[in-house]
Amino acid sequence: MKPARFDYIRAVDVAEAHAALAEFGNDARVLAGGQTLMPMLSMRLVRPKAVIDIMHVPTLRGIDAGGSDIRVGAGVRQAELLAWPALGEALPLLKAALPWVGHAQTRSRGTVCGSVAHADPSAEIPLCLLALDASIELSSRRGRRRVKAADFFTGMMTTARAENELIEAVHIPKMQQGAGYAFREFGRRHGDFAIVACAAIVTGTNVRFAVGGVADTPALRDFGAVDGTALADALDAFAWDLDARDDLHATARYRRELVRQMGRAVIEEARRCRG
Amino acid sequence: MSKAVSVPSAQWCGQSVERVEDAALLTGRGRFIDDLGVKAGTLHAAILRSPHAHARIAAIRVQAARMLPGVAAVLTGAEVTELSASLVVGVKAPIECWPIAVDRVRYVGEPVAVVVASSRYVAEDALDLIEVDYETLPVVVDPVAALDPTAPVLHEGLKSNLASERLFRYGDPEKAFAEAAHRVSVTIRYPRNSCTPMETYGIVAEYDAAEDAYDVLANFMGPFSLHAVMARALKVPGNRFRLRTPPDSGGSFGVKQGVFPYIVLMGVAARATGRPVKWIEDRLEHLTASVSATNRVTTLDAAVDADGCVRALAWDQIEDVGAHIRAPEPATLYRMHGNLTGAYDIRHVSVRNRVVLTNKTPTGLNRGFGGPQVYYALERLMQRIAVELKLDPVEVIRRNLIPSGSFPYRTATGALLDSGDYVHAFETALRDGGFAELRERRTKARAEGRIYGIGLTAVVEPSVSNMGYITTVLSPEERRKAGPKNGAQATATVTLDPLGGVSVHVASVPQGQGHRTVLAQIVADELGLKPSDIRVVAELDTARDAWSIASGNYSSRFAAATGGAAKLAAEKIKAKLARMAASQLNVAADEIEFSGGRVCARGNPDNAIPFARLAATSHWSPGLVPEENQALRETVFWSPPELTPPTKDDEINSSLCHGFIFDFCGVEIDPVIGAVRIDKYITMHDCGRILHPGMVAGQVTGGFAHAVGAALYEEYAYAEDGSFLTGTFADYLVPTAMEVPEPVILHVETPSPFTPLGTKGVGEGNCMSTPVCIANAVADALGIASIDLPLTPAKIAGHIHGAESAPPPTRPAPVGGKGRTLRGAGEAQVNVPPETVWRMLLDPKTLEAIIPGAHGVTKISDTHFRAEVTLSVGPVTGRYKADIKLSDLHEPRAVTLTGVVTGALGNARGAGRVRLTAIETGTKVVYDYDAEIGGKVASIGGRLLDGAAKVVIKQFFAALVRQTGGKAEKRGFFGRLFGKGA
Amino acid sequence: MPRLSADQRHIVRFTLNGRAIEGQAEPRMLLTDFLRHELGFTGTHVGCEHGVCGACTIEINGVPARACLTLAVQADGANIRTVEGLAPAQGQLSVLQEAFRRHHALQCGFCTAGILMSLDNYLRKEPDPSENDLREFLSGHICRCTGYVPIVAAAMDAARRLREASSDV
Repeated sequence: MKPARFDYIRAVDVAEAHAALAEFGNDARVLAGGQTLMPMLSMRLVRPKAVIDIMHVPTLRGIDAGGSDIRVGAGVRQAELLAWPALGEALPLLKAALPWVGHAQTRSRGTVCGSVAHADPSAEIPLCLLALDASIELSSRRGRRRVKAADFFTGMMTTARAENELIEAVHIPKMQQGAGYAFREFGRRHGDFAIVACAAIVTGTNVRFAVGGVADTPALRDFGAVDGTALADALDAFAWDLDARDDLHATARYRRELVRQMGRAVIEEARRCRG
Repeated sequence: MSKAVSVPSAQWCGQSVERVEDAALLTGRGRFIDDLGVKAGTLHAAILRSPHAHARIAAIRVQAARMLPGVAAVLTGAEVTELSASLVVGVKAPIECWPIAVDRVRYVGEPVAVVVASSRYVAEDALDLIEVDYETLPVVVDPVAALDPTAPVLHEGLKSNLASERLFRYGDPEKAFAEAAHRVSVTIRYPRNSCTPMETYGIVAEYDAAEDAYDVLANFMGPFSLHAVMARALKVPGNRFRLRTPPDSGGSFGVKQGVFPYIVLMGVAARATGRPVKWIEDRLEHLTASVSATNRVTTLDAAVDADGCVRALAWDQIEDVGAHIRAPEPATLYRMHGNLTGAYDIRHVSVRNRVVLTNKTPTGLNRGFGGPQVYYALERLMQRIAVELKLDPVEVIRRNLIPSGSFPYRTATGALLDSGDYVHAFETALRDGGFAELRERRTKARAEGRIYGIGLTAVVEPSVSNMGYITTVLSPEERRKAGPKNGAQATATVTLDPLGGVSVHVASVPQGQGHRTVLAQIVADELGLKPSDIRVVAELDTARDAWSIASGNYSSRFAAATGGAAKLAAEKIKAKLARMAASQLNVAADEIEFSGGRVCARGNPDNAIPFARLAATSHWSPGLVPEENQALRETVFWSPPELTPPTKDDEINSSLCHGFIFDFCGVEIDPVIGAVRIDKYITMHDCGRILHPGMVAGQVTGGFAHAVGAALYEEYAYAEDGSFLTGTFADYLVPTAMEVPEPVILHVETPSPFTPLGTKGVGEGNCMSTPVCIANAVADALGIASIDLPLTPAKIAGHIHGAESAPPPTRPAPVGGKGRTLRGAGEAQVNVPPETVWRMLLDPKTLEAIIPGAHGVTKISDTHFRAEVTLSVGPVTGRYKADIKLSDLHEPRAVTLTGVVTGALGNARGAGRVRLTAIETGTKVVYDYDAEIGGKVASIGGRLLDGAAKVVIKQFFAALVRQTGGKAEKRGFFGRLFGKGA
Repeated sequence: MPRLSADQRHIVRFTLNGRAIEGQAEPRMLLTDFLRHELGFTGTHVGCEHGVCGACTIEINGVPARACLTLAVQADGANIRTVEGLAPAQGQLSVLQEAFRRHHALQCGFCTAGILMSLDNYLRKEPDPSENDLREFLSGHICRCTGYVPIVAAAMDAARRLREASSDV
């Protein structure tokens, strides 16, 4: 379990990272916290020609709350965002979800954007970004663009990032006044990837609901103003539409049932905590 | 019969003294095998392993790997068979067992080639350059299916997969069943699991050509009966196979017995290269292919009286040892043979034991060794008796326990239960453990609509295995020919140095259990010293130390056997010193006392000499000491007379000591998630005399944690095609501090009359009692009869979640199974006639154009193609080899494509049926497919491979349609599967 | 060091347990292998090499980190602490180490270094954890010997002693 050979490029600014990505394209892998890339390197599932370490780029290290949304740079570790004093005020959904990301010993190194880049369908951060209508800021030598989370996660660990692009940051809309947010997850053990994870945002009577761990990507549905049987029907239809599959840890039927029951619970919780 | 147990007068034993091992381990100065330096020039090995569960090896091309700078050698089955012999197999059957695949692989992870290079990194680089052509064979993973006459046969020498079958009969079970008021039956399928020590296997092997001798350092744990197996395989006499163990070993729980085939393999590699070779197993190798506990299918019937007393048992056990019968298997099946009646007074027993081979990793030692499998059946049965006869489960256990005052007790199948008072321990546990309160808790919880259940288990925990029990697998006639096997030689040496210091050498090969501390306590008590005065050496060197085939760290034998041998060795040297002192102090030897570092006359502490001075006498002044009193070094070999060979009637005292455990627990089940929460767990132990309460507690909580894992989380799971599904610690779920509660531990002590210290084993009991105790509680909570481990939330929720709503009408039927099956269908219309489509499908050029990422399609025959494919899925770009065969050809209407794809991520095999129908505008193409996917690294690779397969299938048909100028049906499979207008 | 080529060894320098240290590594070399086999600091153990078991946990720039999920070259310039740096002096143990010994919180000792490094860091940040918080934190580690009971007891005991010691000052 040792990685194959690669060049190591320690970028000191974004331009260097862009240059390396332009040079190596799909033969490069960006290394930030390394919590998912490193095992894949050691298992030789990935064999890049170059690994580009972006953790020494100072401009990627900040959380910027100055604008209309929160900009979390590619160098921000999950533990840093979790410890950010304004998190509960600004991003209550992430405050609820981040403790479910791995363990303290991996959150200390793993980055927010790294989880977005890896796009594991069971991961909590992509799910929250989708639910919150966040966008991903991509840049390359050729320019800069923002992609909505809904368009970014395109498949199993597959994203809309072009091979020469760097995820520079994610932009997450701040908490809306009067909205309620809730997150729940079930994994086999504490810290495991979710079998089912649910996020709900209730604004007025409007219900927005997202599910991770079931389909190939996190999945979102705007239920509108539903309650009672209509909500149950909406959850049931969504559960079926996710095309859940059996695997070692859970059956498809189990996953659908968790979407229905945990989904209802998380929506009710979000309702209760409307500000 | 009761033998007085002599208890040393001093008091170190019985105290939880701090461990001598800990200071080094806590400061990062442990000496584990990979912490020790190696000689300059030592090479490092890496192993290429089979991705297939069953395949013929058509060719292995190693030239490119051999040419890689830094590579010293590449060994395959051909080289290994030339330099070694097959491992001896423990049943009378014409089969071989090699440490590497020879012409054929029989399980995923079986070694196929060994690369030896300048570093592990380079060795793994070379593995990438080895090309193997496999011709896959049909696979059997289920032990019952393996017995089917149509099942693929793993070893032709056997003609079937049945490696051994034996029938046993004790008492008159037929009569008991005929007369009994009730017959109660359970069938269980005990899963595979492993205690997965945190340190993996490690070996440094050297070969001395001048002496034709091997010197191997390995974190092997015994039993050293396997020394003979290894020496024979390496084709040297035992005295030319020196096996050493490092001072520290990172846990074993039986598992490090399984390093032994690799010792042979690395020995061969050292011989082939003429250099020392080091191999440290990695975690993926360990999980996939080190060793596993056996999975077993058991049907157990009881003949039961109206009052719940069990009169007879009928066992039918099908033991799955995996792809090879690797020594000492089938020991897992026979270790418990004397204990098949558990803690109960049952005089009539019939047994049918079958050992079968399947395409899975070979099995071996694992904490509990046979106990979890046996007690899961027996204790589920006891609960079912209570349920079916509408009796209180407490009462059913109470009525069947071996009565007080009947020890030593000979079981129907031959075990001699040394001591105990099961009824007393049982009643004490119910009282002190708060069983009445637990029942109230259940009543209250149920009244509140919560799902709550109580489980109970009574278990006899055997320890100190009889080396002869395994011969019960042979018929009495075969045993007579082979000569009797029995006993369990334990050994210890006590040495006095010229300054009067005391050293102890043992062959117990500790793996973290604190043997050095306890031996220091035992010998200090004997000699009137402090534990810190005693230095204990526990690393073993077969060239220098006293050892026997029974040496090692298994069957919970340390406290009873090795501890006892150390006491006897200390007594022996003490007796000599006492005689020496007697002459110096002018008193009789039996009036000499050892205490406080001094040796004195009883009743006259002033008439004394320092221990160290007395102890040094035989070094400095041997002339003063008569020859029979020379006290320098005493070695004791101790084998208890109770460990006799199997009788002609197949009665076997399979173990020397038998502890007693009675557990009960309360569990609550989450009504949505189905997760089990252990609310209360009480475990009562009678493990004889306790030498170190802290360590005993550690054995109980540690065994309990393993059992919680086995009950709720852990399974070495295989798909139907034999691919291994739990190859990382993200898939094989080991419980953490969040999952393991603290059990309440209770003790009673009835010393064993058969061991020098009155001690018994304690390390394995909870692995036997706890899984079934939790299962009984879950069965009670859910009111269900049949329940198999692990008790996953999804499995449990299946009993809670009611009927599901009907799926929307357009949905394809849900797919079942724990493998990764992809199934789908679709259709498309193209603008050319069926004949054209047909020709394209059979043309390599078209295939190259439509197989995604294909670069080089070779036509082997008209209906057989090979292709190289490069695919990027998510973060993983990999090269794959596709082997595609066409069959059921009905030109130009229908064809079946069968493909096997292998590559970096793992392998997939699938079949697709394509049907062509002429329509006005050209051809309607209808297809459906089925694919089984086996990821190399299940958690990541398997899921990525799912994605890859979807992409490939999608692109294949899209390209076919494009190539023929057509258009996919909008509402077809892609639309459903991908949702986003694929 | 902007760009290190794949097939060469490069000098890596960092502070290890308070002292400057250097060695050579290929870009692909894992920090675990570098610490253990290049520098000879074998107290950090390798249990899974995929970041789950926690045996290799060390402290990098003040936070716990899996050494197996770190490249040696990534550590260049960092401040690293390993188990070898925990004890105040030779022949002495830290409060946490002593608590582990007293409570028999280790058996084989293979996972222990990682758990100690994690807890040492945690107890500085959370001097008074609840048992549940502590268990949640410990869930980033696998121990196969102890069943965790004595580890939890040792950590709670060490936390109490460390609090008492700091309030005495």
